[in-house]
Amino acid sequence: MRGKFLALIGSVSFFLLFGQAILSAQVEEEPSPLEEVVEEVYEEKEFDPGEKAIGHIVDANAFHLWTDYFFHLPAFLYAPDFGWTILPTTSRFETAEYGHGTVAIDKYVMYHGMIFRVPDENFPTETVEIDGFHYDYQTDEDGNEVRNIQVVYQGEKFDLDTKSTVDGGFFGGQITSYYDFSITKNVFSMLLVFFLLTYVFLKVARAYKKRDGMAPRGMQSFFETIIVFIQDDVAKPFLGEKYDRFMPLLLCIFFFILTLNLLGQIPFFPGGANVTGNLSVTLVLAMFTFFTVNLSGNRHYWQHILWMPGIPVPVKLILTPVEIAGLFIKPFTLMLRLFAAITAGHIVIVAFVSLIFIFGNAGESLSGAMTGVVVAFPLTLFMITIELIIALVQAFVFTILTASYLGAATEEAHH
Amino acid sequence: MMFLVDFSVIKPDPGLIFWSTLIFATFWIIVGKLAFKPIVEALKKRETDIQNALDAAKIARSEMEDLKEENEELLAKAREERTQILNEAKEARDYMVAEAKKKAREEAATIINNARNDIENHKQAAIKELKMEVGNMAIDIASKVIRKELESDQSHKDYVRKLVDEIKLN
Repeated sequence: MRGKFLALIGSVSFFLLFGQAILSAQVEEEPSPLEEVVEEVYEEKEFDPGEKAIGHIVDANAFHLWTDYFFHLPAFLYAPDFGWTILPTTSRFETAEYGHGTVAIDKYVMYHGMIFRVPDENFPTETVEIDGFHYDYQTDEDGNEVRNIQVVYQGEKFDLDTKSTVDGGFFGGQITSYYDFSITKNVFSMLLVFFLLTYVFLKVARAYKKRDGMAPRGMQSFFETIIVFIQDDVAKPFLGEKYDRFMPLLLCIFFFILTLNLLGQIPFFPGGANVTGNLSVTLVLAMFTFFTVNLSGNRHYWQHILWMPGIPVPVKLILTPVEIAGLFIKPFTLMLRLFAAITAGHIVIVAFVSLIFIFGNAGESLSGAMTGVVVAFPLTLFMITIELIIALVQAFVFTILTASYLGAATEEAHH
Repeated sequence: MMFLVDFSVIKPDPGLIFWSTLIFATFWIIVGKLAFKPIVEALKKRETDIQNALDAAKIARSEMEDLKEENEELLAKAREERTQILNEAKEARDYMVAEAKKKAREEAATIINNARNDIENHKQAAIKELKMEVGNMAIDIASKVIRKELESDQSHKDYVRKLVDEIKLN
């Protein structure tokens, strides 16, 4: 997936730097050893929109506001060989330019708003000042040249560990030396959405109680149209009479995904977190669907999966494994669909915006940049419109598929 | 190894899975129970309320139509009755007037008859008296005349009286 994308974008890349040209005018400080390292390495590599795009969609431990300013979040880190490291905010890393930390705490360092750990035993566990970061180029398993980042401490380079992931190496992740249970950018966004929606819907519910027997008004009537839409066009066609049993789940899924999708479209704080474009989040949402569907499945449903009545036995022998596989494929597609749609949309937007820097040789050519604006502006505008539609459609699709699976699981025998 | 280009969004992260599960479960429990359930119930209640109100309106409308028909029937009946009563009253009046006229005429006739009878009686009585007077006067005169010739002759007296009686005073 990544290789394909990079090949697509790489064909329009130029040999110049991006971040340094934009930020150097604003950051006028004594060049620190860190900056020297960064500068030296940046000049070797062309501007890479793929790198930019991925940088914008991944999760982070601090929220990037603008230039060198970050909104720092609490960090809860666990290393099996060390124990818990709890930081009230990631500002403890004393970030300088680009959100790179200047200190290491319990072997953890911050690089561009993200926390990494030094697994090396020789690295001190207490809080120490670091010299900076070092880059070199390596070829990854897809044959792409990628930057490997190391931390420099007292003139010595140390490798960094990314946080543990549980894909079993399937997507290139693995169990590493630490787990990250921090309030990351994504968690922060989810909490924000949680509090916002809780406040809004408790208020709406109160309005229904207070204005019983009266016509809806204001926020209540705004949300009523959406709720009635979900009720009449999603829940009732699939679930029939017992639609009200699953309405809370369907509404929760719809509004949670929709709000996160829309929040992800806002390019600045507190928006911009790519929450529904993260497989972990869509995995959890799909799991909720999976468990609700299978825990509310009736005899009729299980009979049709395990031993379909009314067909010859040889066919049953083929059908049963297929049906059992279908049990897991259904939530799996739910997970992938939402993740892919949102992530792809974000990547394309970043790629279009990157045209400005590609055409302008990353700030060197103003006329080129202007051409880039002319080209990128309508493309980005178009893509943002598409993404708004996608935000709605994906929330709707997730909800309607959940309703259809629930409908199949709770349908009564009719023959 | 830590690569700058790390497509980490596709790697299931235990921390993010933990927080997503916790946040969504809490959201489902709190908002589902305290907000969406009452909202859906309120919507359902309103739906039945509206249906009931519509049904009631339909029933009321048909009832009203029935009532209207009844009213019209009643009105027509009343109108008919009124005409009948009026007619009857007219007949009664005409009859009464005719009767009164007849009675008056009859009474008038009776009164006239009585008067006539009275007059006749009085006339007869007067004639009788007059005849008596005239007889007496004639006797007187005749007696005076005859006295001279027939002094107190009874046969003459009777004869004279008979003559007087024969006189018709018409």
